[in-house]
Amino acid sequence: MSPASVFVCLSLTLLSDYPVIRVKPDHSGVVTDGVKHSMNPFCEIAVEEAVKLKEKKFIKEVVAVSCGPTQVTETIRTALAMGCDRGIHVEVSGKDYEAMGPLQIAKIFAALAKKEEASLVILGKQAIDDDCNQTGQMTAALLDWPQGTFASEVTIDGEKVKVVREIDGGLETIKISMPAVLTADLRLNTPRYATLPNIMKAKKKKIANMKPADLGVDMVSRVEVLRVDEPPTRLAGVKVETVDDLVAKLKANGTI
Amino acid sequence: MFPASRYSIQAQRCIRALKTVQAEHAPSQHYTWGRNCSSAVMPRITSHYTIFPRDKDPRWEGVEMERFADEADVVIVGGGPAGLSAAIRLKQLAKEQEKELRVCLVEKASQIGAHTLSGACLEPSALNELFPDWKERGAPLNTPVTEDLFSILTEKYRIPVPMLPGLPMNNHGNYIVRLGHFVHWLGEQAEELGVEIYPGYAAAEVLFHEDGSVKGIATNDVGIAKDGSPKDVFERGMELHAKVTLFGEGCHGHLAKQLYRQFNLRENCEPQTYAIGLKELWVIDEKKWRPGRVEHSVGWPLNRNTYGGSFLYHLNEGEPLVALGFVVGLDYTNPYLSPFREFQRWKHHPFVAKTLEGGDRIAYGARALNEGGYQCLPKVTFPGGMLIGCSPGFMNVPKIKGTHTAMKSGMLAAEAIFPKVTAEDPASETAGLHIPEYEDNLKKSWIWKELYAVRNIRPSFHNYFGLYGGMIYTGVFYWILRGKEPWTLKHAGLDSAQLKPAKECTPIEYPKPDGKLSFDLLSSVALSGTNHEGDQPPHLTLKDDSIPVANNLAIYDGPEQRFCPAGVYEYVPLETGEGMRLQINAQNCVHCKTCDIKDPSQNINWVVPEGSGGPAYNGL
Repeated sequence: MSPASVFVCLSLTLLSDYPVIRVKPDHSGVVTDGVKHSMNPFCEIAVEEAVKLKEKKFIKEVVAVSCGPTQVTETIRTALAMGCDRGIHVEVSGKDYEAMGPLQIAKIFAALAKKEEASLVILGKQAIDDDCNQTGQMTAALLDWPQGTFASEVTIDGEKVKVVREIDGGLETIKISMPAVLTADLRLNTPRYATLPNIMKAKKKKIANMKPADLGVDMVSRVEVLRVDEPPTRLAGVKVETVDDLVAKLKANGTI
Repeated sequence: MFPASRYSIQAQRCIRALKTVQAEHAPSQHYTWGRNCSSAVMPRITSHYTIFPRDKDPRWEGVEMERFADEADVVIVGGGPAGLSAAIRLKQLAKEQEKELRVCLVEKASQIGAHTLSGACLEPSALNELFPDWKERGAPLNTPVTEDLFSILTEKYRIPVPMLPGLPMNNHGNYIVRLGHFVHWLGEQAEELGVEIYPGYAAAEVLFHEDGSVKGIATNDVGIAKDGSPKDVFERGMELHAKVTLFGEGCHGHLAKQLYRQFNLRENCEPQTYAIGLKELWVIDEKKWRPGRVEHSVGWPLNRNTYGGSFLYHLNEGEPLVALGFVVGLDYTNPYLSPFREFQRWKHHPFVAKTLEGGDRIAYGARALNEGGYQCLPKVTFPGGMLIGCSPGFMNVPKIKGTHTAMKSGMLAAEAIFPKVTAEDPASETAGLHIPEYEDNLKKSWIWKELYAVRNIRPSFHNYFGLYGGMIYTGVFYWILRGKEPWTLKHAGLDSAQLKPAKECTPIEYPKPDGKLSFDLLSSVALSGTNHEGDQPPHLTLKDDSIPVANNLAIYDGPEQRFCPAGVYEYVPLETGEGMRLQINAQNCVHCKTCDIKDPSQNINWVVPEGSGGPAYNGL
């Protein structure tokens, strides 16, 4: 029986590749006001994979899900413009949003996946603002589903999924049974552009709204951020003339 | 013709400095550029389809080029103060008169406000007309001006100039704003009123009806590779058709450039003259912070014949933030002048340094601005469209304010358009509506009176005494006569024609950046947050790839490597053989348009890159 619906779980991140990030004066975090936010690049790859699977007729419906404040609906719209069928926005704002971490998000995704009877949950492997690389794995554990993480190739074979994973030693191919959780790595695909006509059409697609409480999830964080600091400024290098000088310098600053 | 082996000492120093610059770029393809009669093997620079049409390109055979089209009543290009004010006014009128109106606005930045840069001291006149209740709506006008200082700087000292009421620079009643945040707020107001705003989509092409009137615009194509060939993810842009299209691209818009030619809009006005403005945001030591204080200066480090000056505004938004910057008129004559380095060295003046010492720089950006005023206003209406805002150029130069006039022009455009687009029978001769009432309304409005009164101040700088002659003229004729003198002075002509050959000029010795007050170009560009999709044709297109080395470098010592505030242009040695080539680092571009304006060969044509590319200014 072909899988019914696939959940793509999206993250809205600070595009930390190139915008200017600075630490808040009270060192409690980084300044996010006015900084450009957009869909996490690995989540874009996840959406692309889900839409490709639908186009190949392996799955019937793709649902885009994201947790966060109202800004997040823009991200869901982009996913809808790329080809998802409908969206779910789990509203988390204010203090809850600042404290939200992979565990809370995983609980929400797990509850939703169970509620909507998803066959496949696809996420990006990690968010580029916190680089946690935990949400996918935690979601799978909470659901007690098999997981195919760091996927660089996904093929559906009847009731099973063949996943080629990028690991330190090279590539590992595994076969897992559905329902399963997959996380997308960089080389899985090249995401398509969300073109303007599709953005306009996406305005007509449905985005359902709900709160974590509706899913029975408590948002209490077990992690407390004590302090955020900028990395130390890189000091200029020092050139030495001989090896003896090098040894002397290393001894002087306590390295050896 | 020009021996490439002879370089000035300055060029050699530049080359050595540039060699240490790490620029990531795809290896350039080498073509023997026979078509330009050059025997040197020059790597090809330009691959954009506006220079090499795709219908003659074999790589594009069989590619689907159909575009999806949609209809709106009004399409607005550009989400700045003018475009947004026009959109808001249209929707306000629609609400008042209970009519339906579809207004679509496209903006090349990834979010509204991300490409906005200005001083800025906002005169709230237009805002008061647009939203009398702006305070309740939460408009970010948080810093009323409390102190107004004007100085003439010498290398070590400062001569204060009294800011008498009546002088154009007097800022009583105005607000220091972060224009990017203000524009963002305008965007929110527009969306609430039902305007369809599409950030991240650039208007790349003007569409025409059979009868020659403007039909609308097409957004940029995506997925073209750096060499001009289609990628797998290639998608055509979309066409937006409208009864009237408003072009609010800001100073020196690229579509406006095309429209001037198409409809001959500039036949009865002088060519526009510009300046480049560079800006930084600093968090300073609290003890030095004077919220509401406005400081302007002229003089050092510029000589009396180079128009320009500085601004430094103390914002009042919670933390001790100052917005500061430097403006240099682009009619400067010395090709060795670098506006960026003038800005950096100005910060070392004792009067400026004392405010900045101990502070941190958190943002940087640059943009060209209009200096032409009244004499340079083109015709602003044509069949199917009109020009609003800084695009035709309503900036009041001595006041150094253009936002209030840009907003007002957008509002006047909306008021002229509204009855026509909602009429049952538009009674138009052309398929795209021609609405000359907009131009009539402009001439009757306070914009016209204001620009007329100050029309002679900027051109008065073109005299032997330069800056001082201009200041005396302002004091006598403007302050006393309020611009009522019967004559109208002329500007000097095209900015690009003002450069003297390098051999007639002296190179300027700029001090090295100290990393505390002054900085190098590349770390500044990093702070602008600019980026573009790397694998796309460079959007700084050259009509002729051989001209930069043959003309710009040979005669003018490559001024583009100095006037570009983002390090886009570099002359680097050829990989094989003798000679130099121009390297275009298109990813660094901050969309300031200075190169298109100042290129002495007028060979550079700035076109819009893929949408969402460009700077990521946050409240600049």
